[in-house]
Amino acid sequence: MTELTASADRRRLFALLSPAYLWLTLAVFLPLSAMLFFSFLTDLPQDNPDWSATFDNYARFLTNPTYAILMWKSVKLGLMVTLGCVLIGYPCALVLARTIKGRARETLFLLVILPFWSNSLVRIFSWAIVLRGNGMLEHALNWLLPFELRLELMFTTHAVVIGLIHSYLPYVILTSYLALQAIDDDLVDAARSMGASKLTILRRILLPLSLPGLLAGAVLVFVPVVGSFMEPRILGGRMGTYYGTLIEDQFVSVYNWPLGAALSFTLLAVVLLILACASPILGKART
Amino acid sequence: MSAVDVQNVTKRFGQTVALDDVSISFEDGGFFALLGPSGSGKTTLLRTIAGFHFAETGAIRIGDRNVENVPVEKRDIGMMFQNYALFPNMSVADNVGFGLRVRKVAAAEERRRIAEALELVQLGAMAERRPSQLSGGQRQRVALARAIVTNPKVLLLDEPLSALDKTLRVDMQIELKRIQREIGITTIFVTHDQEEALTLSDRIGILKDGRIVQVGPPREVYDKPVDAFTAGFLGDANWVPESWLSALRLPQPANGHSFAVRPEALSMAQARLDGMNAVAGRLTQRVFAGAMATCLIEVEGQKWKLIARDRDIPEITGDGAVWLNWRPEDTMAVRA
Ligand SMILES: Nc1ncnc2c1ncn2[C@@H]1O[C@H](COP(=O)(O)OP(=O)(O)O)[C@@H](O)[C@H]1O
Ligand SMILES: [Mg+2]
Repeated sequence: MTELTASADRRRLFALLSPAYLWLTLAVFLPLSAMLFFSFLTDLPQDNPDWSATFDNYARFLTNPTYAILMWKSVKLGLMVTLGCVLIGYPCALVLARTIKGRARETLFLLVILPFWSNSLVRIFSWAIVLRGNGMLEHALNWLLPFELRLELMFTTHAVVIGLIHSYLPYVILTSYLALQAIDDDLVDAARSMGASKLTILRRILLPLSLPGLLAGAVLVFVPVVGSFMEPRILGGRMGTYYGTLIEDQFVSVYNWPLGAALSFTLLAVVLLILACASPILGKART
Repeated sequence: MSAVDVQNVTKRFGQTVALDDVSISFEDGGFFALLGPSGSGKTTLLRTIAGFHFAETGAIRIGDRNVENVPVEKRDIGMMFQNYALFPNMSVADNVGFGLRVRKVAAAEERRRIAEALELVQLGAMAERRPSQLSGGQRQRVALARAIVTNPKVLLLDEPLSALDKTLRVDMQIELKRIQREIGITTIFVTHDQEEALTLSDRIGILKDGRIVQVGPPREVYDKPVDAFTAGFLGDANWVPESWLSALRLPQPANGHSFAVRPEALSMAQARLDGMNAVAGRLTQRVFAGAMATCLIEVEGQKWKLIARDRDIPEITGDGAVWLNWRPEDTMAVRA
């Protein structure tokens, strides 16, 4: 009897969910499988009639060390930006969710997610204006400081990191904020009544309980940053060659889609591998 | 364990005066209930004693220490919250041990005291469980163990039992009283449940609109309420119509006072009895509820209520005309 209703339930659930699955298939899996298909070809069928299947595109990642070096450079960039976003974003979320109350909280929250509303190119070029030699930042600093200062920030890794942190910071703030403000005030009050200091409360209650949110934010930052190409290209200049720009080149300038697709899937595999290795930690944080 | 003394404390939230010149003493080792309708300032008073916020004026002493400028972390109190407030990321043992860990108690000592506290609330076997794996009553006990394990000077409880269903609540009341007796901790218990306050406490304080209306032992507050609010809040009161006052023996001169009788002090008869106070009325309804019964009687257009053992209430025939008799000393006089 119970089994019967369970299977009926499952059927109804499936009926309810099927539009979502259909949409997911159309929107994600079809384009993605087309790309996966391309990555095993010598040429695009529409460009060259004698195309054939090959593993060469994947083999090139293994034979040419440049690709692996750029991949490692991108992963390092991803880690650095993620760390920066966590170190800046979590305290912001903490202040926003735990100390500011009422109208001021909403206003600040809107300001925090403001970068989401602006076009990413506009955002990046405004950083270029701020960071470039003789730009706004140097003018401001030289006006404040008694001595001449040259930062030379533009077209460095620092510029890329700054630009990326600015773009992706809202993710960490958003997810951490949601996790933090869901924590019952009484838990904090209970800890205080037992004599716990602010630091103890943060370490033993707020941080563990909001860790899933923080980690979700970190993943949301890490994954796109490893494949990012716009910030590296515009803010990094000569230093801005990363795995992401390499893939972009294949699609836009070299016009080698099969190689670009193969490189993309290699990236996807590496990122999934990294997340899989990290998942025991993520899992432990949830309990 | 210490006495708590609150003197002339006033607390405002913006325009609202949550506590209005409150003075009240809680003696050492006593079980004290703060009772009042919602919004009367019970929680505010409790949190002011706890030190979550500071009063604008007035003094608070816990034991021999003036604490009005001491924050909650340093006041050495134990507190229990309405929704338990157990840390979901810790086991039962870690929850109970939290305050000990904060106080840097040695590991062996910590283990011993956690076990002792859990034993006291009869949850020794649950130490490794998560709060989410416990029932409501068990969570309540863990919260209690956690609040007392550090031997605080005073135990503060803000409607701790209101989230439990009726039977469980009665069990927990008995349990709470037993534990309080056993460790002799000064306990201040906030509730809006009159019966709970009357059963549990040695003394009751009635709050209304941020003021203390009356303080005393439960029986005294119940039998001799100082005003109409307390009389009506702490049980039912039947108000004697003015036209009947001249026919009654009253404990106070009639001017400036109102007079009332508790439902259980009344007895119903078809005649006025000698030496008793009595009013005439008409029985409108008789509600049987097992051992007890409730009668509704109309007296001069007012609804009176009588509660008695069902077998003690005579059958009334005819048009329902009755006399309600009560002993003169059961007449309550309150400020009008
Ligand atoms: N944090 C607060 N901010 C503003 N007003 C408050 C706050 N806490 C309590 N009050 C007000 O103070 C009064 C007393 O509240 P409270 O002590 O919670 O009453 P009770 O616990 O008896 O229901 C109420 O009018 C309430 O609105
Ligand atoms: Mg309250």
